[in-house]
Order: sequence, then structure tokens, then C-alpha cells
Amino acid sequence: MSSLAAVFKSTLAKDLRMEWRSKDAINSMLFFALLVVVIFSFSFDPTAEESRQIAGGLIWVAFLFAAVVALNQTWARELRNQVLDAYRISPAPANSLFLAKTVGNFIFVGVLELLMAPLFVMFYNLRPIGPVWELAVVGALGTWALVVNGTFFAAMSIRTRSREVMLPLILFPVSIPALLAMVEATTAILTGDSSPVFWMNLLAVYDLVFTTACLLLFETILNAE
Amino acid sequence: MRTKLTIFGLIAFALLSYGLYQAMIVAPTEATMGNVQRIFYYHVPSAWTAFLMFFANFLASAWYLIKRGPRADAFALASAEVGVVFCTVVLITGPLWARPVWGIWWTWDARLTTTLILWLIYVSYLILRRYSSGGQTPVLAATLAIFGFIDVPIVYLSIRYFRTQHPQPVIAGGQGSGIDPLMLKALLINWLAFLVFGAIVLWVRYKLERARQQVEEAHALREEQQYEEKPLINARAIR
Amino acid sequence: MSRSELLNEDNNSTVLANACEMPHAGESVRATSLESVTKHFGRFAALRGVTADFCSGRLYTIVGDNGAGKSTLLRIITGLLQPTRGKVEVLGTSALCDVRPQIGYMAHAPLLYEELDAMENLRYFGGLYGIRDHGRFESAIRMVGLDPELKRRVGQYSQGMRQRLSLARSVLNDPKLLLLDEPFSNVDIVSAREMVRLLGRMRDGGKTIFLVTQQPSLLEGTADEFVHMTMGRIVERVRPAPSPAGPVSVSSTEGRL
Repeated sequence: MSSLAAVFKSTLAKDLRMEWRSKDAINSMLFFALLVVVIFSFSFDPTAEESRQIAGGLIWVAFLFAAVVALNQTWARELRNQVLDAYRISPAPANSLFLAKTVGNFIFVGVLELLMAPLFVMFYNLRPIGPVWELAVVGALGTWALVVNGTFFAAMSIRTRSREVMLPLILFPVSIPALLAMVEATTAILTGDSSPVFWMNLLAVYDLVFTTACLLLFETILNAE
Repeated sequence: MRTKLTIFGLIAFALLSYGLYQAMIVAPTEATMGNVQRIFYYHVPSAWTAFLMFFANFLASAWYLIKRGPRADAFALASAEVGVVFCTVVLITGPLWARPVWGIWWTWDARLTTTLILWLIYVSYLILRRYSSGGQTPVLAATLAIFGFIDVPIVYLSIRYFRTQHPQPVIAGGQGSGIDPLMLKALLINWLAFLVFGAIVLWVRYKLERARQQVEEAHALREEQQYEEKPLINARAIR
Repeated sequence: MSRSELLNEDNNSTVLANACEMPHAGESVRATSLESVTKHFGRFAALRGVTADFCSGRLYTIVGDNGAGKSTLLRIITGLLQPTRGKVEVLGTSALCDVRPQIGYMAHAPLLYEELDAMENLRYFGGLYGIRDHGRFESAIRMVGLDPELKRRVGQYSQGMRQRLSLARSVLNDPKLLLLDEPFSNVDIVSAREMVRLLGRMRDGGKTIFLVTQQPSLLEGTADEFVHMTMGRIVERVRPAPSPAGPVSVSSTEGRL
């Protein structure tokens, strides 16, 4: 029968394949990310020492904007042609759909981050003082925090008026502690002024708590009329 | 119900008046901050009341998701609204207090900042309620409420740690600060007064929402029971 | 007299219970059973106390004006909507989640991904039911008159082709109960007739089919029964008889209220 893992794999594969073919979202997100980096560079003049202090914050705000663009189109294809109905009618578990969409978003936003990060390093002349692998961990935990709630709230916002505005509106407040953690951890690693450990632990806890909440409640909101 | 409301209203009035007396006259003037500190007797009870309201919202939302009763949904909406109002009081009295005392409008005080984030979360909850269409609103809102509430401890932890990294003035007394017994008495009386007042407003708002729900049901029920007209399609005509 | 008594007076259930002859061995006679099903959307009463039984192995065509509640009725039977009041039983159970593997659904929208071709679509939706047999997808596509080798994306299909493929998708899991909501809208007459033919064959093979349409003439000669709805109620059920005496109205509320 249709197991959680099997449906997860097939859904993720299908989404990646469709994205690869149309390159809809990825193209617009890439260009948007580049724009953000450039505009930030003009708004926040990067001289050597100050830049390290604020770069942590800037990078994550930029990633956040890019993530919202990605998240807003998460369910777009399913809404066209009422495909969600076909999914709801099938015996496939709702959580495999959720996980596939979340992991898909994680990959998209992750690719964006990997492309934007070198730009930031270049424009702001960054050299991290702390170990780089820690940056990778913070990046992964932070991106997951944004994407797991973002995918969930995107599914909620598709049932509202002005859905593109509704998503950031309900996502940002709940994400504040995670954003704070991402920024503080990144700044700590870049400047070497303090330890990022507390913040990394906080991110891990956040990820755990909210992934659980999403998995428990996704079926409920999928079937909300 | 009218009489109950009047009685409780009078009690609230009495408590609030007594609280005012305690706060403004009986409680001693604070050593360093002077009379401005008396805002404390409104700032803190508002915060505690707001938090209780949000906790009530959490319970009502969880109950709604389990039982799907319209009363739970009405209670969730009412408690969120009243909570946001008290939260707003906290956010206004905070700067009003901070400015004359420290010369700055905003301090990233752990509790004040947590209150700000709570305010943001529950305002987003109210906006979601307004912007979603009828049948789904209760389920979506209840879910958001649960997410918002489980976020609260994480928010508090993160802000508190953040503050140890970036120290700022503490608004309502730090961990170890003692409090004069008369001040404590004024604080507690005002808290009780706010609770009673808040409960009344919550009750009225709840009743209002229930009335709105029942009007909708009545409309639908009336439509349901309207007499049929003759069917517009005569089946035999398709032959 | 209360409303429920009036409905019982229509003898809906009695007539049809007698009329569900010769079920297949081991199957329940009633494919779907509705009892006082009501659905409110805010102030609007879309369905008003619908009580009816439907037999297995029949093709029911549901007709009525816009706003009569046809789509709502269908979506409640599929489990996509919950009734405000009343009970629904499908394939012998009121736990509609349990019978999902045995239900197929089609709508005016194709329920397909425009960016994928026919095989890819069926492979995905088949996977949701645990179906991985390549041959099965191929024969489903052929059955509706399309070419499994066609690599064209569904977004470039005509509406007729899209709905044919949607029909193939909806029967991948060989459902006992098939529900179609205005499947022939904007579909060319050839495709529509072909689909009706297929549906008739599926009904002959034992499937129960509910079809909502604004073009009931397409179903003449194929449908077992025409169900007329107005303003959230079933007002008449007509079983076209092959006899020269003309169609037999199985039940009607004309003149009763």
C-alpha cells in the first residue's frame, strides 16, 4: 500500500522534476536574492570591522525574504486544477505530502543560500573568525526552522484572502526566536566574540518542537473545509 | 444575566477604585524613580492578565480542535481579543515608564520584549481570523493559537539570554530585588481588580460572539425550512 | 407534521430498498446512504435534510440548477466535506477514511499536473494508492483513447483529452464508487460520448457511479436513474424505463409540500 516513505519520495521527486523543467520559482528567487544583497550593500555601508557585526543580521534577513518568495509558491501547483482534492481523496498519508513539500522547500532555499552567501562574503569582505562548519550547522537548523513552519503556514494561508501577505504576517511573529538565534549565532561565529552554542541549541529545540507540532496538526488543516 | 453583570461590574469598580487608592496614595514613593514608578501597579497586572488570557485562548483552541464546539471557538476569539488589549496596555505603559526614568523609550527588557512578541503573535491570530473564509476560520485560528502559545517559552528563553549578552535597564525589578510589603499589597489588589475586570470584558465579548454565531445558524436554519417550490425541471421533459 | 415525517412519507428508502435487486455476492446492497444530511455554509443552506439510498452497480445522474447542492452532495459522499448535520454511509461504513482506496473522483478541473505528461501523472497518482505497475498505467491511458507514449505535457492537451486522462486517473485504483462532478464541461462531443460509453461499461462491470452534469441528454440510454435536485433537496428521481409506457418516476415530491 501507499506508505509514508514511498509517497514522500514520489512527491519530492515529482516536485523536483517539475521545478527543474520549468525553473519558475528558482529563477525568480535567484534574481530576487541577488537584488536583496545588492540593495543591502547600498543601505548598510560595509566597512571592514562593522560589517562583521551586522552581517549576521543582514544575511538572515536576506535569506528570510528569499524564503518567503519560495514558500508562497509551495502549494501553487496543487491549487491549480484542484490537485489537492485528488490527494485528500487518496489513502496517502497527509504527512508525507507535508514532509515532501518541506524538504523540497529546504532544498530550494538551501540552494539560494549557497548562492547568496559568497556574494555576501564578497561585498562585505567577510572572513569568519569561528569555524566554518558551525556556520553550516546554523544554516541548516535555521533554514529548517523557517521552512517547516513556512510550509505549514503556507498551507493555512491558501485558504485566506490576500494569501501572499498572510503568509509572512503569521509566520514572522512565531519565527522571531528562531530568527534571533540564527542572527546571534551567525554573528558569534563571524566575530568570534561569543559562543554560538546556546543559540544552536535553541534552534535545535525550536526545530524539534515545531516539526512535531506541524506533523501532528497538518492533517487537520489539510482537511479544514 | 443582567443582574450578574451589574453585580460583577460593581465589584470590579470597587476593586479598581480601591486599587487606585492603594497605588497612588498608600504605597510609598519609590526611592530612585519617584512617583513615575507608580505605573508599575498597572503595567505588571496588565501583563499577568494578558498572559492568563492567552493561556485561556490556548486551552480553548485545543479544546476546539478536539471537540469542534462553537462555544470553544467563541471563547478563543474573546480571550485573544481581551489579551491583546491588556498587552497593548503593557506596551504603552512600558515606554511611558522608561522614558522619564532612563531617558529611553524602549528597553529590551526580557519581559517587555516577550510581551511585544506575544502581541505580534496574537494580532496575527486576529488578522488570520478576519481574513479567512467562514467554515475554516476556527480550525486555522486554533492551530495558529497553539503554535503561538508553544512558542512562548522559547521566546522567553531566547530574549532572556539575549539580554544577558546585551544588558539593558530592567523595568519591573530583576530576579533578586525585594519588594516593599505595601507595594506588594497594592500590586496584588490591582491584579485582582484587573482580573475581575478582564473576566467581565471577556464574558461580554464571548456572549457577543455566541450571539453572532447563533444568528448565522438561525439564518441557515430558516433557509433550510423554507417551503419547496415546484421543481423547476420536469423530469419527463428530457425525453 | 415534522419535516422528517414528510420525508419518510416520500418512501424514498422503501422503494429503493426493494429496487436494489441482485447485488453481487458478498457486497452490500446500498453503495451510499444519506440520512437527513444538511450542510450550511455560513448563512447559506446548501443541502437541506437529504435522505436517500443509492444502490450499487448503478449509474446515477444528478441534475439541477446552479446552487441546487449537487456538487456539495458529491463532495460530502467523497468525504471532502463534512455535513453540518446528518449521517453519511458509504460502502457500508460511516468512517469515510477507511473506504478511500475504493473511491474515485473527477471534477470539472482535471486534478492533474499540467507540467507533467500522461504517464508521469498516472505514475504519481497511482503511487498514492500504492500502484506501481507500469502496464496498468498504460492500459488505463489506452482505455480512455489516449496514447501512453505521448510526451506532451497535460497543460497542452485539449479539454477533452484532459478529462479523458482525468477519468483514467480516477479509476486507477479500480474503485467501487466513482464520483464525477461536471466532467463534460467544455469537452468536445466526441470525447464526452466516448467517456459516457466507458462509464456505462464500468457500471456494467459492477461500479457505482454518481455523475453531476448540466447535459443530462448525454446520459440518455446509459444512466440508470436521474436524480433531480433543487435548492438543496432531491425533488424527483426518475428511472428511465425501456418500456413504451415511458419513464417511471420512482419518487417525487411534487405537490406534497
